[in-house]
Amino acid sequence: MFLAKIYITLKSTVNDPQGQTVHGGLKTLGYDSVESVRMGKYLEVKIQADERSGAEAQISEMCHKLLSNPVIEDFHFDLEELS
Amino acid sequence: MRFGIVVFPGTWSDGDCYHATKNVLGQDTNYLWYQESPKLSDRFDCIVLPGGFSYGDYLRAGSIARFSPIMSAVAGFASGGGLVIGICNGFQILCEAGLLPGVLMRNDHLQYRCQWSCLRVERSTTPFTSSCIPGQVLRIPISHGEGNYFADGPTIQALEERGQVAFRYSTTDGDVTPDANPNGSANNIAGITNRKGNVLGMMPHPERCCEELMGGTDGKLIFESIIRHGARTG
Repeated sequence: MFLAKIYITLKSTVNDPQGQTVHGGLKTLGYDSVESVRMGKYLEVKIQADERSGAEAQISEMCHKLLSNPVIEDFHFDLEELS
Repeated sequence: MRFGIVVFPGTWSDGDCYHATKNVLGQDTNYLWYQESPKLSDRFDCIVLPGGFSYGDYLRAGSIARFSPIMSAVAGFASGGGLVIGICNGFQILCEAGLLPGVLMRNDHLQYRCQWSCLRVERSTTPFTSSCIPGQVLRIPISHGEGNYFADGPTIQALEERGQVAFRYSTTDGDVTPDANPNGSANNIAGITNRKGNVLGMMPHPERCCEELMGGTDGKLIFESIIRHGARTG
């Protein structure tokens, strides 16, 4: 069994009004040193696989097919084996 | 004209679309359940993907609905030249399914907007706009939180060059201005067609303004165009 920690982020060329709004909120709290905020999504997927390479391939396929939209998003993930 | 109205879990404008095509326009209309995958061309001339929140808009609006069994039937129907109109969430689903380019992102001001909008008709040569004249301004309501049309630069340029932009948000006089843009859409885009012109996606809701009782009848022009196209080709 593997656990994939998947991070989906907006491409750097895509405007992120949610991140900007959060940035505004942080400024209101006095965190003037914050340069920028970008928001994304985080998913944890547990997957049965005999080998790491098989799990990796499946998670990557899921990210391409459903979990991210390649028009506006990038993704990366960390994979850990569960005992 | 035989209309098929697709119903996903979370669709909410199916009844309004049914009322518009069946009761207002007197056309043969039936619902299609998302788990069906029939050969649509035998039974329908136009498939409507109505507005709503299919699958709760989870992950991204339309992203899960696009993998429903009905969507492979819709893709087959579209590739055979059948007319498909996606309204609001239907537009989002068509983009996620790759039947239309681009994506509908969160409105740039982050607010949900439910209001009348003015749309300038860019082309009257599509099956969905033949009852309009180019430059005509339609008054049709919007109701969405994720209608901010986005695509990369080359895609937008290609859409413009091929005349795939059907509607743009405008002033009542038809001027396309930043103030008339209710959601931040690139080039004020409110609706686009695919390259072949038989698939239309639009954020505004024509089914909600087909009777005077509803405050306007401009939405009827879209359905009348479809019916006119059907009469010509059928």
